[in-house]
Amino acid sequence: MAKTLLEKIWDAHIVKSADGFPDILYIDTHLIHEVTSPQAFDGLRQRGLPVFRPGQTVATADHNVPTLNQHLPIKEELSRFQVDTLTKNCAEFGIELYGLGHPFQGIVHVIGPELGITLPGKTIVCGDSHTSTHGAFGAIAFGIGTSQVEQVFATQCLLLQKPKTMKIEVNGTLLKGVGAKDIILYVISQISAAGGTGYFIEYAGSAIRALSMEARMTICNMSIEMGARGGLIAPDQTTYDYVKGRKFAPEKNDWETSLAYWKTLFSDEDAKFDSVLTFNANSITPMITYGTNPGMGMGINENVPSVESKTQSEQLSYQKALTYMGFDDKMPLLGKPVDYVFIGSCTNSRIEDLREVASFVKGRMKAENVTAWIVPGSKQVELQAREEGLDQIFLQAGFELREPGCSACLGMNEDKIPAGKYCVSTSNRNFEGRQGPNARTMLVSPLTAAAAAVTGRITDVREMMETSDFER
Amino acid sequence: MKKFIKLISTTVPLPIENIDTDQIIPARFLKATTREGFGENLFCDWRYDANHETKSGFVLNDPMYSGKIMVAGKNFGCGSSREHAAWALQDYGFDVVISSFFADIFKGNALNNGLLPVQVSDKFLNRIFTNINQNPDTEIEINLENQTVTLLENGEVEDFEINAYKKACLINGIDDIDFILRNKNLIEEYEESRKA
Repeated sequence: MAKTLLEKIWDAHIVKSADGFPDILYIDTHLIHEVTSPQAFDGLRQRGLPVFRPGQTVATADHNVPTLNQHLPIKEELSRFQVDTLTKNCAEFGIELYGLGHPFQGIVHVIGPELGITLPGKTIVCGDSHTSTHGAFGAIAFGIGTSQVEQVFATQCLLLQKPKTMKIEVNGTLLKGVGAKDIILYVISQISAAGGTGYFIEYAGSAIRALSMEARMTICNMSIEMGARGGLIAPDQTTYDYVKGRKFAPEKNDWETSLAYWKTLFSDEDAKFDSVLTFNANSITPMITYGTNPGMGMGINENVPSVESKTQSEQLSYQKALTYMGFDDKMPLLGKPVDYVFIGSCTNSRIEDLREVASFVKGRMKAENVTAWIVPGSKQVELQAREEGLDQIFLQAGFELREPGCSACLGMNEDKIPAGKYCVSTSNRNFEGRQGPNARTMLVSPLTAAAAAVTGRITDVREMMETSDFER
Repeated sequence: MKKFIKLISTTVPLPIENIDTDQIIPARFLKATTREGFGENLFCDWRYDANHETKSGFVLNDPMYSGKIMVAGKNFGCGSSREHAAWALQDYGFDVVISSFFADIFKGNALNNGLLPVQVSDKFLNRIFTNINQNPDTEIEINLENQTVTLLENGEVEDFEINAYKKACLINGIDDIDFILRNKNLIEEYEESRKA
């Protein structure tokens, strides 16, 4: 029978399937971090259970760490205790930890791929909703709650209903100044922050095929922002080339065996999806969000939608969102002054993102009214940026290159946006208070963020892209 | 896990759509390493101003409304996978959340903790909001055995869906780990089969 990519991987991981019960699904790789794991370790202790397969779990500290002076003890007591608790738990249960100071430390969804832990055909989970990122390699990857973290610790399995499948095709060629982040913000704006709930999405089409692995990760990363459990992309030569030679990637004979298997990982031509959506790449412009969920996005040249365009039941929430943002309906955002620019997070903190920003800001200077932070996704990304001299470009442009972590994406660690301030951000969520109490977030691509940093205002980056060295 | 069979309670209405888990419990409160105590920061930024004074317009600060059932707009619990959101609602005293749509991860987290997500139609949700609006002491009955939600005032009732396995877990107070561990030999067999 014809199968979708999701079904092929899912079926290969079923330990037990019985009518009336969820499947017992085997989990190949479990990634953990300091915030959603301590209660799961406590649960194990209460049950008197070990971690069943400690070699299949990898830990890092990312959410609750400072991004300056990481060589010093963490100042904030609760944060230090939480990070120390991870260290103690990993030692007690025999789990590999890439903690602060380790050359592999970084955002969990950045280090998995760059270390070759993330591979096609795997099942990968983590107590973090952006685990969908790893789907870019043709893996089933999704976020779980802490009770499920404990399940995976105890059994290396999860009890799950097979999700419905959705195919999102994006065909055609992207316009100048438009990137992967714009694609995904566009798709979410079209189907809403709940439009993918209950589904696992496969991204396909010529525009997706043309993307690099970093760009594919940006797309899959934000699957959760339309409610989808995960998103995945069939592996191809781009995937194999990225994986080959990475630290934990298969080698020699194993590589050949793996590659042969990976080449079977695609949706059969006559496979049935529960839903199929198609978009044209050339109708996508640089995107920006104006509201308090990622579905509230628009082309950067457009005006904020009118209240009347919303249904009766939506209007209360819609008005609340605009009030929070300090925006009026029908107003343009172009030209609006910004206070902070944050380039980072599991969505856009990889070397390709940093290179793109560097190539744009080279020879330019950030505006005086803007604080511009660049937070690399991992120690390896940071090192590579320095080796390529990007740090000097950022320094000269007035940007602050910090140390790896989730940083200002989530208002948990020291990096927060002050109340009432506007932050143009390459992260993934513009919820109320997400970047700090009463902070106002506008989600954009790295390029649009860089343009806002330089002009100090919401800017259509295409108007600043005359130089021939910056054609995409 | 806590058992759930039947509940009759007044409600706390929150007719906002797309309530994300960052609102339910902001990230800065996720530094705790235990499951307890999150209730005091439930909806913190909607409940309190910058000086931690209570905001009068918010429903949790309104003495007219109380109870073990929260009624919320559609797509409740979207965003971050933090289970702390379910813990915070429970710790505050809620046993049920009624909405016309739940985000997947939140729904799973709630069920894994014995907090029952009850999904009703948009129409029935509006009926509930209207009833509460007219009478803040409106009582609702949630019957898990029969899978019904009833407005006791006028007897209006709607069925709700729940996975049969999850229903059994809630009624018996057992969790997924107990279930999976009974199949441990199958897990080991599966691992062996993949080595071949």
